[in-house]
Amino acid sequence: MTMEFKTISNGEAIPIESIPHLPFDEFSAQATAIVSGGGKVVQFFAFKIDGAVRLMAVLRTDALLAASCDSPESYPALTAQCSPFHMFEREIAEQYGIRPEGHPWLKMVRYHANCRDVDDVFGNDYSEDIPGKYDYYSVAGDEIHEVAVGPVHAGVIEPGHFRFNCIGERVLNLEIQLGYQHRGVENLLLKADSRRLPFIAENIAGDTSVGHSLCHAQAMEALAGIRTDDGSRIIRTIGLELERIANHVGDLGALSGDVAFLPPANYCGRMRGDFLNMSLLLCGNRFGKGLVRPGGVRFPMDDDNRRDLTARISELKPQVKHVFALLFNSPSVRSRFERCGAVSRSDAETLGLVGPAGRACGIAYDVRRCFPTEQYGRLDIPENAESTGDVWARAKVRVDEVMQSIEIIESLLSNPVETEIVDVSENRMAPDSFVVTLNEAWRGELSHCLLTDSSGGILRYKVKDPSFHNWNGLSMSLRNTGISDFPLNNKSYNLSYCGFDL
Amino acid sequence: MIESILLWAFALLTAPLFAGIIFKVKAFFGGRKGSPVLINYYTLIKLFKKGSVYSTSTTFIFKLGPMVSLGAAATALLFLPIAGHAPVFSFNGDVIFILYLLGLARFFTIAAAMDTASPFEGMGAAREAYFPIICEASMFMILILFYRLTGDLSFAAYFSGSQPFGLWQTAGSPILFVVIAFFIILLTENARVPVDDPATHLELTMIHEVMVLDHSGPDFGFIEMGAFLKMFFYASIVARLILPFELGNPALNLALFSLGVLIVYLAVGVMESILARYRMDRVPKFVLTSFALAFFATAITLEFLR
Repeated sequence: MTMEFKTISNGEAIPIESIPHLPFDEFSAQATAIVSGGGKVVQFFAFKIDGAVRLMAVLRTDALLAASCDSPESYPALTAQCSPFHMFEREIAEQYGIRPEGHPWLKMVRYHANCRDVDDVFGNDYSEDIPGKYDYYSVAGDEIHEVAVGPVHAGVIEPGHFRFNCIGERVLNLEIQLGYQHRGVENLLLKADSRRLPFIAENIAGDTSVGHSLCHAQAMEALAGIRTDDGSRIIRTIGLELERIANHVGDLGALSGDVAFLPPANYCGRMRGDFLNMSLLLCGNRFGKGLVRPGGVRFPMDDDNRRDLTARISELKPQVKHVFALLFNSPSVRSRFERCGAVSRSDAETLGLVGPAGRACGIAYDVRRCFPTEQYGRLDIPENAESTGDVWARAKVRVDEVMQSIEIIESLLSNPVETEIVDVSENRMAPDSFVVTLNEAWRGELSHCLLTDSSGGILRYKVKDPSFHNWNGLSMSLRNTGISDFPLNNKSYNLSYCGFDL
Repeated sequence: MIESILLWAFALLTAPLFAGIIFKVKAFFGGRKGSPVLINYYTLIKLFKKGSVYSTSTTFIFKLGPMVSLGAAATALLFLPIAGHAPVFSFNGDVIFILYLLGLARFFTIAAAMDTASPFEGMGAAREAYFPIICEASMFMILILFYRLTGDLSFAAYFSGSQPFGLWQTAGSPILFVVIAFFIILLTENARVPVDDPATHLELTMIHEVMVLDHSGPDFGFIEMGAFLKMFFYASIVARLILPFELGNPALNLALFSLGVLIVYLAVGVMESILARYRMDRVPKFVLTSFALAFFATAITLEFLR
């Protein structure tokens, strides 16, 4: 069997017709062969073109591979042979009403009607707005009890419903139902005026503003044929790394708070603020909103800014080191982190975990190293793989990444390159084109995929947040773990609800 | 007698103050200023001004829980010699009466939690029912020791006048084990780190806090006050054991006693600042340590006395 999938590059626009259009059987056979052979799914979605529905898959091995096929109304599920398609097939079924026959767990993803007005695959009546209306997986027997948490939580956090099947304190299965934040982002991006797109993109998930706006900007630049200058690439890289540091530091503090070890929790909270304030200096917004725009950045960096940022970084670096040492050298903390919520490497591969969660299980994949964008091609990104897959490993990966990101920013700041600032403009996109962009956001592989129609408008905008892969990792972590360790595991992943719900 | 009642009132009035000190210690270790020392009084006043909300699925048991737990803790203090002074009430066997009075309070707190039919509260109730069983074993081991040393079964005989000093004199260093055992019991009974985390908002990890989630307003105020008194009860015992001196002047005795209580609360604050909480399944081992210590103290002392 020859491989028909086309090798593509990250952030390169190509004509849709250059992507191999295969018969379904061949598409299915090749896609499962690639993924069974160690490949992963980056994007797998349906789209309407010329009145017909097609399926598009972007897979990755050492390279990015793409192919499409005409979609049947129902088809033998790819998941039946190859698990990493699991969530994607459920999403396709929900969005387009295409039934994957023999799917092992055909459950709604976000609870909304499909876009083609065909019969709902799940038999839901969407006039009732209850995402969790569904027969949950249940366990029966003596001493079995069920705990339902959410969607309204005690803290100020996003909504999600968690169903624990427990025997005593031990969790047998955790089922997570999301969708409460579904805003129809992908449809919104289709309908919105093109000048509004960057604003929508950077607000898909508030804690990943730079990541999402970067994916969006790179896609628009590829389609409009705009080249960015060195200076803006450096600023964007700094923006993305600051976002990573602020989130990792905040989460490590929260992990410490969850085991009732307060000093690092307090210090991390303060240091997170310091890093957010560096983003504020960069672009006037603590979360990096308004920094990245198609074509470059909206704010330049002058020598004063560089000096200021360098001074702040060198003041914070020893503090960060000290607090992390305090956290990791406390025996009582280690005893909580180690062997808590471990996921094996093979399970992680099957679930397709990405980012720090995947690296904690030994999967070294990092977009910054494998498919570099912006300034990353010139940087040396280490592998950061741990082997234990437990809370300790997830925390350790994050600690290592924070220290590396600090060094990356230091080295980028020492490289004064001027940049032309850009503002929101109307870009003419190439017609009938396809582009996929990948970036390593702080949670892992983030990807936007755009298809344009014959007039250069957006035909399909597909967003995939790393949380789409990783929520099932959290479920897996909870197997055979004490229910009281759920908050700790949850924080070690700290996944996005709105990035998943779109 | 008047003095005993005044001392009892002193305990009731100052218990929230001492609990506020723990916050200060934790804030100090965390590099923060922390809430005012009088925070607990403000909280109580705020709660008593509010109305209570009752779930329609609860019965009178739910309303009974807070009152019984506050009543039991206040009654327990009536039997405890404060600052070495004779308690308001005392009879031979009052130790067992008080232990089970506090047990009754726990029973009603658990019953009130179960009454809400919330799965969280059921989980908290299960944990609350489990850990104190081990505490009870070590309490009784300590009582066996004290009974053999004094021939009495009353708090007055153990902690009033020149007594705790007498215990040190007869038993010697094994009493040190008893002090540590009591401290572990204090941490467990009062839901402190490393057994429970009073600061968390995460229902799934809570023990004591989760059982009172549904209580509000004055009811929750009763529960808070009951918790302060219970903490003060155990802290007084440890304080008398570590500073067992009789200074002959009631004012000086009270000052020394307050210092002892302060030391205990500071120690709790320091523990909470430098230790992470144990994993839930490690907690029984920690609590069992108190039993082991009490057991060895008893074994060593009785062997020595014979």
